[in-house]
Amino acid sequence: MIELRDVKKVFNQGRGNALWAVRGVTLDLEPRQVTVFTGPSGSGKTTLLSMIGALSRPTSGRISLDGTLLSNLPERFMTQVRRRTFGFVFQRFNLIRGLTVLENVMLPAYPLAPDYGDLRRRARALLAQFGMDAKADDKVEWLSGGEAQRAAICRALINAPLILIADEPTANLDSARSRELIGLLGELQDLGKTVLVASHDPLVFESARVSRVVELRDGLLAEDA
Amino acid sequence: MRQFLRRQRYLIDYSLSALARRPGKHLALLLVYTLVVFLLASVMLFTQSLRREAALVLAQSPEIILQRQIAGRHDLMPAEYLDRIGRIRGVSAKYGRLWGYFYDPAVRANYTLMVPPPGSPAHGEPAPGDIVIGAGIARTRGLEVGDYLSLRSARGEPFAFRVAALLPHSTELVSTDLMLLGADDFRRFFAFPADRFTDIVLQVRNPREVRKVAEKLSLALPDTRPILREEILRTYDAVFGWRQGLVFVLMGGMVLAFVIFAWDRAAGLSGEERREIGILKSIGWETGDVLRMKFWEGAILSLTAFFLGYLLAYAHVFYLSAALFEPVLKGWAVLYPDFRPIPFVDGIQVATLFFFTVFPYTVATIVPIWRTAVTDPDAVMR
Repeated sequence: MIELRDVKKVFNQGRGNALWAVRGVTLDLEPRQVTVFTGPSGSGKTTLLSMIGALSRPTSGRISLDGTLLSNLPERFMTQVRRRTFGFVFQRFNLIRGLTVLENVMLPAYPLAPDYGDLRRRARALLAQFGMDAKADDKVEWLSGGEAQRAAICRALINAPLILIADEPTANLDSARSRELIGLLGELQDLGKTVLVASHDPLVFESARVSRVVELRDGLLAEDA
Repeated sequence: MRQFLRRQRYLIDYSLSALARRPGKHLALLLVYTLVVFLLASVMLFTQSLRREAALVLAQSPEIILQRQIAGRHDLMPAEYLDRIGRIRGVSAKYGRLWGYFYDPAVRANYTLMVPPPGSPAHGEPAPGDIVIGAGIARTRGLEVGDYLSLRSARGEPFAFRVAALLPHSTELVSTDLMLLGADDFRRFFAFPADRFTDIVLQVRNPREVRKVAEKLSLALPDTRPILREEILRTYDAVFGWRQGLVFVLMGGMVLAFVIFAWDRAAGLSGEERREIGILKSIGWETGDVLRMKFWEGAILSLTAFFLGYLLAYAHVFYLSAALFEPVLKGWAVLYPDFRPIPFVDGIQVATLFFFTVFPYTVATIVPIWRTAVTDPDAVMR
C-alpha cells in the first residue's frame, strides 16, 4: 500500500519563478493494481510519480510505502528502495546509447553485483518474454519506438521490482503498439506487480485492464480542484 | 569481499564501454596525456641516468685534487709542493697532473688535453708525437687511428700529432672531447713551465680520513684549495638538477595547458553525460556507484597514459639516447657526446611522477561529477 498525505512539490522555491507542480495530494494506492494518473499537460502527473518512485522528495507532506516513510529517508536508503522496489519506464525510454539492448537491460543490476552468468540469463529471459531476444545484441539506437519501449520495460523489470512506474508510455507509439503495451502492463499485474502509469492517452485510461484512474488538475486531485 | 570485487568488475566493465562510446574525446585526451607523461618521464629518466653515469665515472677519480690559488683564481702548481706535502698519514699516492683546454678554431670546439696519470688503466702515457683522442674529436675532425691531427700551439707553431688510439665508447660522456698526450709534448705545445703542474691529486684509501687530510693540506699549503671527490659529485648533482629544473620550467607552460585541457575535457560534463548520470541514478545506481564508475574511467585513462608515456620515455632515453633533450641536458659544448645511458629506473621517481600526473587528473574528474551525481535523478523524467 502506498500512502500520500498532503503531498506538495514546488520548483525554484523562494524565487520569482517558483512553480507549485503538486499542491496537496492525499491518496491511497492499492497493491497489484494498474492505476493510471491522467490529466492535461502540467497537471503534476510526472512530478507525483517521480516522488512516489523515490526519484525526488516532496517539498512537504508524507509518502509511505507499506508503512515505511519514504519522503524522509537519506539519499542512500532512498536509492536502495528505488532499486529494489521500483522499475521505471520513461517517456523517452532513456536507454543509454552506444550500449546493446542486453547491456541496457542488465544495467540496473550492476550495483547489486550478482553473478554475471545469472544476470545475463535473467536479462535474456526477460527479453525473450517481451519478444526481444533477437535484438539482444543490437545497439539501442537501432531500435524502433516499440522495440525501445519493450527494452525499457525489460530494464525496469531486471531487479524484479514490486512496482512498475511508466510515464506516458504510449507517447511515442502508434495505436497498435499502444494496445500491445497496455496488454503487457496487464500481464505484469497478473504477475503480482503494482503498475502506476501517467498518461493522457484515452487508449490507456479507457482500457479494460486499468483498475483505477486518478485524475489530476493544476497539481490537485480533480475532485479537490 | 567477493561481492565488492564483482561490483568493481561491473563498474570497470561499464567504464570501459563508456570510454569506447566517446572515442574521439578520449583518444585526444589519452594522446595529450601520454605526451605529457612521456616528456616529464624522459627528463627524469635521462637526468637520473646522467647522474648515475657521472657517479660511476667519478667513483674511479682521486679522492682529493689540490689546486693552487692566486687572488682567488686557479694558478699553476709548483712541483716542489709535492715534496712540501711530505708524508701525510692515510695518503696512499700523490702526483702532479698536467691538463688544460685548447680551442680548435677549425671546428670551433674546445678540447681537454691531458697527460694520463701514472698507472692509468687504459693507455698509459702516449709516445712522443702520439695522441689518444675521444670519440667526439675523432667524429668532428674525421680522424681514425694512424691519421695526423694538426694544431697550432700556444706560440703559434704548427704541431702534428699521430692518432695512436681512440678512447672507448663506453666513457664517451666524460671523454668525448679528451685528448691524451705525453708530458713533454704537453709542455712544449702549451709552453708550460717545466717546474709546474696543473694541480696535484692525492689518493686516500679510507674515506673517513679524506676530510682530515684536506685540513692538513690547507694548513701546510695555505695558498692551495683541496677539492674533494664528494664535492664534485655534489656539484654534478646540482648541475644536472639545475638543468632538469630548467627543462621542467620550460615544460611548465605545457603541463599547465594540459591541466586546463584535461579539466575541460574530463570535468566539463556534456549534456549527454549529465543525462546518462541521471539515467543511472534513476534506475537504482547510488551517487557512490556513479562516482566509483567515473573514478575507474579516469583511472583507466590516466594509468594507460602513464604506462604508455613511461614506456615511450624509457625507449626514448635508453634506446634512442634521448634525442629530444641532448642539447639541453648533456652539456653546452660543441662536441656532443654520443652515448647510451645505462637503463635504470628509480622507484621513488616513478612514484613521484605517478603522483603528479595520475592523482590530480583523477581528482579533477571526480569533483564536478560528484556535483552532478548528488542531484535528484528526476530530471530524466522531464
